[in-house]
Order: sequence, then C-alpha cells, then structure tokens
Amino acid sequence: MSESAAAFQIELTVNGHRRAIEVAVHHTLLDVLRDDLGLTGAKECCLVGECGACTVILDGRTVDSCLVLAVEADGSEITTVEGLADERGLGPLQQAFLDKGAVQCGFCIPGQLLSAHALLADNPHPSLPEIQEGLAGNLCRCGCYRQITDAVLATAERAER
Amino acid sequence: MHTFAYARPTLLAEAVALLEAHGPDARLLAGGTDLIIRLRDGSARPGVVIDIKRIAELRPSIREEAGCLVIGAGTVMTDIAADERVRRSYPALAEAAAVVGSVQIRNRATLAGNVCNASPAADTAPALLVHAARVVAVGPAGTRRIPIDGFFVRSGVTTLARGEIVTAIELPPPDRAMGAVHLRRTRRRGHDLASVTLCCGVDATGVTRIAYGSVGPRPVLAVDESGVLADPTAPGAAKEAIFERLFADASPSPRSMRASPDYRLAMLRVLGARALRIAIDRLAQA
Repeated sequence: MSESAAAFQIELTVNGHRRAIEVAVHHTLLDVLRDDLGLTGAKECCLVGECGACTVILDGRTVDSCLVLAVEADGSEITTVEGLADERGLGPLQQAFLDKGAVQCGFCIPGQLLSAHALLADNPHPSLPEIQEGLAGNLCRCGCYRQITDAVLATAERAER
Repeated sequence: MHTFAYARPTLLAEAVALLEAHGPDARLLAGGTDLIIRLRDGSARPGVVIDIKRIAELRPSIREEAGCLVIGAGTVMTDIAADERVRRSYPALAEAAAVVGSVQIRNRATLAGNVCNASPAADTAPALLVHAARVVAVGPAGTRRIPIDGFFVRSGVTTLARGEIVTAIELPPPDRAMGAVHLRRTRRRGHDLASVTLCCGVDATGVTRIAYGSVGPRPVLAVDESGVLADPTAPGAAKEAIFERLFADASPSPRSMRASPDYRLAMLRVLGARALRIAIDRLAQA
C-alpha cells in the first residue's frame, strides 16, 4: 500500500542490531546513522556522491549514504565502520590500514575501509587495478592512495586462497 | 533538504495513478543518485516523491522475452555490467554500465533512471542507441514501446507523457552479428562524468552505427549505410568525409566546465576512429 507522511517508522539492522526508529522522510540514511543512532563513522562531506566519505554497506553492497533516504533503507541490513571491529579488537583490514600507514587525517578512512571490505567479500584476491577501481569512489585528500591499496593487497595476501 | 510526501507503492497501477494525479509535482525515486542531489540543492522541489523500488513489476531483473533482453526498471548498473547475456550480446552496454560513477553509484543507479534523467552525458545512452533499444512505458493509456532515439529531448526532458512510468528497457535481438564498443573521455581516470561518451557498432552487412553524447543537448545517433567505414581497405579521405557527416550534429556547449567545445569535437573524432577499429576487430572475432 501507499503511505505518505512527514515521518515514517522504519526498521534497520545496523551492525547486527535491530533498530526500530521514526525518521523524517527527507532525512538521509547518513543523517539517521549519525544523528539518531550516534554512529559517526560515516562522514558527511561532498553530498553529491563523489567523495565516498559517507560509504556504508547496505544489504551487502556499498552505497553513498548521503544519497539514500533513510526510508528507502527500511528493512535493510547495514554495516558501518563501527561494525568492522568487535570486542577482540580491530578487523584485519583496519589493522592493515594502521600497519601500512594508510591513515593520516582519517576522515575518509571509514569509507575506504567499507569499500575495501565489500571488494574483498566479492573478490578475495583482487589485482591492483581492481583495487583502484573498487576504491575509485573514495577520495583521500591526504593522498594516501598508495598506502591504502597496499593495505588492501596485504589483507588479501593474508586471506586463504 | 525541504520536506515532501513520500509514497511507496507496491503496485504499478498505484504509481501510475499517483503520477497522473500529481503530474510535475511528483518525482519518481529509483536509485536516487541524481534525484537526492537535486532535492538537496533545491533544483527539484516535488511535493511528492514516489519510491518505485517496492513495486513488484519493477523489481531488478534481466530476462529474455521473445528473443529480446529485457532489463527491468529497478536493475542497477552493477548487475547490468556483470550479466553474462549483456556482456555477450551487448558488450558496449556492459562497458558503459561499468564506468557510470563509482562502485557506490553503480550499486544504486538504475539503467531506467539514467535514461529518464536524460543527461546529455549519460554513458549508457550511446550503447542503447547503437543497439536500437526500446523504452517500455506504462501509463494511464496502457503500454508503449518507445524507440530510444525518439525518447531523449534534452537534458532532463523525454517524450514520456504525464502519468507514464518506464518499466523496462528492451534490447532487440541483433538481426545480424555486430561488433560494438563503448569509449569515453573523462578529466580523470576513475570516477568522473564524460567529456565525450561514444559507442560504435559495425554489423556483418557493413552498416556502422555511431552514437555519442556530452557534445550537445541530447545524445545523437548517426548511421553509415555506405559500407565505407566498415571497410578496412577504404581510403582514409573517404572515411573522414563520412565521419564529418556523422558528427555534424555535435554542438558542445561553451558553458560546460568539463571541457571546451574544441576539445570535445577533437576527441569525438579520435574516439570515433578508435571505436571503429575496435568494433571491426570484434565483429571479425565474433
């Protein structure tokens, strides 16, 4: 059925936790993650789908969460950077980013990590061009592209073939 | 972002009724990679946003029907670029879908949305023109099949009538073997809009179809039926004369940020010649 109202009740599974929440229809998934759910890993930056700082994984695929209305994500499973670590510590990609010195200011890193995470889930042993293409939607103004791709390659090398 | 009423119909008929009732005050929301930007910057201020992603008839699907390959309106670029049937029979479309935006954009952006947005720079438009795709639209008066060359008017404007919704893009079976390729120029490698986007297809009877975008208000299709372009032994001067005719409709805007008109017109010729060689090679390998 068709619904229309200024506010909308939605259900999300965020990093494995079910959340029922009322959202304004004109608020993006990014707004809701940051302002309503307190998950500030995804960053607001270009707001036109060019920089990738707001990248999250929505039902297994990366999206720019600034270009998704929260209501569109109703019923979805979402992974944010907060979901890559657990009580034992950082995930392997996160550790590789630190080991390779891929993190300078850190602003773009949540998005980079999620793009890399989704890439490796799809293609566990990507080539350098495949990594570059897989991460082309994530800009790094510190210019750490070399270290970031090194970290992804190192993580892939450690994964079982 | 200003607020709006959000509708999430599950039936196509319901969406058509909403669209007919609200006319230009309603906007359809598929992937949102264009619309959300415009809602935010205020260049689109609809009273109603109709999210079509829960409509059963528009679910993502690529299916064969009566020899055609039918790409449902909800199908995103990632799935089109990866589909074996698209890659085999319409490789230029797979190549074009694979370079739209970034991974994040391709995971969200639909082919139908790319076509309805009617950007002159739409990367999938030249491939659809070369392959003579049809846009399937359902409206208050029933279903229409619109040849893609009769669909684009100018940026953001199509020949869709009030209340009509694109339900699928239909790719007719190639009547004969065709070699085709998509090429483009961007300012940077990776994620960028095209300064020139072009597709060339050569078929076994010697007909060459070239379509190009980002060099005028709408993507253009031009056809050489003389067989000269497809003939590797034809003299260069004869080919150049035909290219000049095929590119006569290019009229790049001097106001665009991405590239000057001179650059675009020069690159159109470079890409045209390069694409022709690749298309001929692919036809020979087919």
